Amino acid sequence: MSTSLLTTDARTKKRNAAEARFKAYGLGAIIVAMFALVILLTSVLGNGLSSFKQTFIALEVELPEDKLDKSGVRDLAVMSKVTTIGYAPILRNALLATLAEQGIETELSNKEISNMISKEAAATVRNRVLGNPDLVGQTVRFDVLASGRIDGFFKGRVTMESAALDNNTSPEALEIAQALADAGIMQTKFNWNFFVWPDASDQRPEAAGIGVAILGSLYMMLVVLCLALPIGVASSIYLEEFAPKNRWTDIIEVNISNLAAVPSIVFGILGLAIFINFMEFNQSSPLVGGLVLTLMTLPTIIISTRAALKSVPPSIRDAALGVGASKMQSVFHHVLPLAAPGILTGTIIGLAQALGETAPLLLIGMVAFVREYPAAFTPESGLFGEASTALPVQVYNWTQRADPGFVERASGAIITLLVFLLIMNAVAIYLRRRFERRW
Amino acid sequence: MEDMIQMDRTMSTQQDIKIEAKGVQVYYADNHAIKDVDVNIADKTVTAFIGPSGCGKSTFLRCLNRMNDTIDICRVEGKILLDGEDIYDPKVDPVQLRAKVGMVFQKPNPFPKSIYDNVAYGPKIHGLARNKADLDEIVEQSLRKAALWNEVKDRLNAPGTGMSGGQQQRLCIARAIATAPEVLLMDEPCSALDPIATAQVEELIDELRQSFSVVIVTHSMQQAARVSQKTAFFHLGNLVEFDDTDKIFTNPQDPRTESYISGRIG
Amino acid sequence: MQSLTLPLLVILGLTITGYFLAKTRALQVAGGDIRKLVSLPKQHALNTVLATAIPPLAAIVLFSLYRRLAEAEGSWLFTLVVIALAVTGFALSLIGIKTESRARTFAERWIMGLLIFASTIAIMTTVGIVFSMLFETFNFFEQYDWRDFFFSANWSPNFRGNSDLGILPLLWGTLYISFIALTFAVPIGLFAAIYLSEYASSRMRSVAKPAIEILAGIPTIVYGLFALVTVGPFLRDYFASPMGLGQSASSVMTAGLVMGIMLIPFVSSLSDDIINAVPQAMRDGSFGLGATKSETIRQVVIPAALPGIVGAILLAASRAIGETMIVVLGAGAAARLSLNPFEAMTTVTVKIVSQLTGDTDFASPETLVAFALGLTLFVITLGLNVFALFIVRKYREQYE
Repeated sequence: MSTSLLTTDARTKKRNAAEARFKAYGLGAIIVAMFALVILLTSVLGNGLSSFKQTFIALEVELPEDKLDKSGVRDLAVMSKVTTIGYAPILRNALLATLAEQGIETELSNKEISNMISKEAAATVRNRVLGNPDLVGQTVRFDVLASGRIDGFFKGRVTMESAALDNNTSPEALEIAQALADAGIMQTKFNWNFFVWPDASDQRPEAAGIGVAILGSLYMMLVVLCLALPIGVASSIYLEEFAPKNRWTDIIEVNISNLAAVPSIVFGILGLAIFINFMEFNQSSPLVGGLVLTLMTLPTIIISTRAALKSVPPSIRDAALGVGASKMQSVFHHVLPLAAPGILTGTIIGLAQALGETAPLLLIGMVAFVREYPAAFTPESGLFGEASTALPVQVYNWTQRADPGFVERASGAIITLLVFLLIMNAVAIYLRRRFERRW
Repeated sequence: MEDMIQMDRTMSTQQDIKIEAKGVQVYYADNHAIKDVDVNIADKTVTAFIGPSGCGKSTFLRCLNRMNDTIDICRVEGKILLDGEDIYDPKVDPVQLRAKVGMVFQKPNPFPKSIYDNVAYGPKIHGLARNKADLDEIVEQSLRKAALWNEVKDRLNAPGTGMSGGQQQRLCIARAIATAPEVLLMDEPCSALDPIATAQVEELIDELRQSFSVVIVTHSMQQAARVSQKTAFFHLGNLVEFDDTDKIFTNPQDPRTESYISGRIG
Repeated sequence: MQSLTLPLLVILGLTITGYFLAKTRALQVAGGDIRKLVSLPKQHALNTVLATAIPPLAAIVLFSLYRRLAEAEGSWLFTLVVIALAVTGFALSLIGIKTESRARTFAERWIMGLLIFASTIAIMTTVGIVFSMLFETFNFFEQYDWRDFFFSANWSPNFRGNSDLGILPLLWGTLYISFIALTFAVPIGLFAAIYLSEYASSRMRSVAKPAIEILAGIPTIVYGLFALVTVGPFLRDYFASPMGLGQSASSVMTAGLVMGIMLIPFVSSLSDDIINAVPQAMRDGSFGLGATKSETIRQVVIPAALPGIVGAILLAASRAIGETMIVVLGAGAAARLSLNPFEAMTTVTVKIVSQLTGDTDFASPETLVAFALGLTLFVITLGLNVFALFIVRKYREQYE
């Protein structure tokens, strides 16, 4: 008779220890993966959340006629000769006046005082004045942007120590900023403009926004949706329902699965060579971007559409054929509607992928600095033909700039991008749950 | 019913009892799959479990070496004693138990390894061989016992998946006996085999009786009659009747058993 | 652009008119009783729409391609032909409406044509990729010796010309980074998949699986920024610098590590599918012999799944080699053949981006080299993909 079951022998103990170790490796792997996700998200959120807030200075700005309108009759042609350089001192004086009013003493030079205000502020004020010439001669309250360094000080990015080493600001300036903030004149508040404003030059991170990028991404998604969905569904229907089982069909199938694994940058080269060099579409245009992303997204949509079509049981087709419908009618009247939720889910996931894609867009010129909101249609450049940028490319663009303020902007843009992706995926999951059918 | 248990008890004193099950209940989530089953399985005997499909015979078989542990929603109550030790005792390691109570499955399931490695797998994990020569010996003996040695001795390194169905099943039996079990559980071992392979496996089962206690689940009454000495008839999760095979087939006590063997139910 | 406006407007106008005219006419020939018609009025209408729109639109596409190839100017003749096609289709389909005409069959043929056309777009994409790169690569090799490109260990483009454009340092960087990424991602991804499919409780699975899927849904630019802003400086300050291995935040390690994170979900979801494809009977066979779970996994499940897992790893490798944004932001721009993982190196994809977004003349070898790099990258990844997909397919068939 062999050993008792109730005592664990030495070998079994050893084997159980190996078992526990193995299991621990698995758990460790999960923990590492989760940890990576947490670190990634914290890093992005930590760097980017502050971009949704911005520091503004509330200034009572006197708009002197002798400086801003030499004609004296509000002639716009004359007034627009005064550039932002002419407006900058006006803002500086307004800030100095405010300081005096608040009893804040300063030994800073005029230039250093000017540096506290964003270079963008002069343009903002100028645009307001040119839009409403009657303001000249009055004292008007403006909420102007503080400069990037001052803004960074309130967000913890700039410290007294770093300011001491910085040409663009100084500890004294930060002290004044703190005093102004205590007096309620300088305020850091929610910055809706971040989502609306276009990009700004590399001196002015505080004024940079993702308006153009969002618009460009939106245009591209429209192009992708309008092209990839019908083409993807059509080719899936053909392959799944009609294609004869022959060599040609095999080639198409292998080709699609390989296309899904081609590096995205190769699609960029394709876009550059075919759409821009050969077809002579406009560089940087959402049309070209959309076309490239369409070709990239097609395999995803085809694969998920085919899965959706496949999951509709043959009995449905038989039933339709049985009452005398043609094959085509059975597909379009019965199979396709039943597969629609699956197709839609796949399409949304494909769109989400396309929305975050960056590399191919770099090659078709979407890195260009664009400040004009692109129009959806113009007679000269056609549909979606105007130069634009896109959210992920804007992020890349900002990472290439020296001012650390742009890291915050880039992270902010990423948060926005991730929120869009989250919404799209949530919709996809909802659709799947809501309409999923088990046969 | 009361009488039957009484009868079992008296029998158990006569024969060497290997496995003793008392009041076994099995639940799959809310589904009560095995209802209060008592059975004694004798050593060096072939015991057959018969019954219509879904009657619980396979489920009960899988309780005997705790294969049901791998199913999350499965819950077992009652006592199953192997040599008087409760196999569901928390101190029992199912790994050790399964080394003593081997199992052969419905479909031949050789590992995607060579014939040699398939048979050597059990001895290797349980550390039954001291050296390579030992292992070779175990493999050879097991294959001989499974009546497979002559067919495969020249291609021990060929993949086990490349053999015929009957050979694969005998390989699985060789694999099971290589760990030197005391009990061998067989879950419809011939259901995926053709008649010739079935005959070979049945012959083998009869041989194995010399060394082990064998429990076989089968959907074929003829098979039960051919290979077993004791037969248990399961119906809807109940053990309806358990007796000598001859008796069950010639003179069943329970009307349900009679209906089944005469082909009226199941 | 202008030359297209008129024909497009004509086509649009004719299709809309055609739709309603066909419906009316079909009812007319049936004397108001649709039971007399073989095809329904709306099927006649559909046929008219398709017959009016498809031929001229196809002509526009063909003509545009021809014009690009032959560098011909758009002409009134072209406009005329397109409009003529539209009118012909329109007229013929309307005249063809009789009680016994089978408009449904005709319409379905048009639709079938469209379906077939759509399914060839994937093929055309591949052809487009290959030709666009082949063409410029030939241009490149006319100006630059192919032996120097493939075998030179020196990469130093010079916008004044006379550059060294050897691919070896770029390939080295690519492979080194991919190697680190895979060393990181394969064990973690594989173990995560094993744990989730064999050990984890359903509650754990319901948390961990979506979390890993989130990693898969994050765009690579996000990983790139993560490498640039967080991982790079961290590795420099806590590893490279103290160990005296360099002062660069961009490094092979930075890019490799972050790429590894990106690949975890890829490896784990592929392995998960593959491990689940191993039949339960195989596991039962092993458990039945008294093997522990880990013994079963290591000695039965993994060997059985090995071809599939190898395929998955190859697919992951192909992804790593073709990945762009993480290396652009995390690896650096210096072409270097070095073993120090904390040094900045560069990859094929980084150089494709930098050579094509720079200011050099398009016809210069410094720009054209990007196409040769792209073609090399395409060939390598295609080879890996075809091989991997072949293995995975064979593997699946084995258990079907």
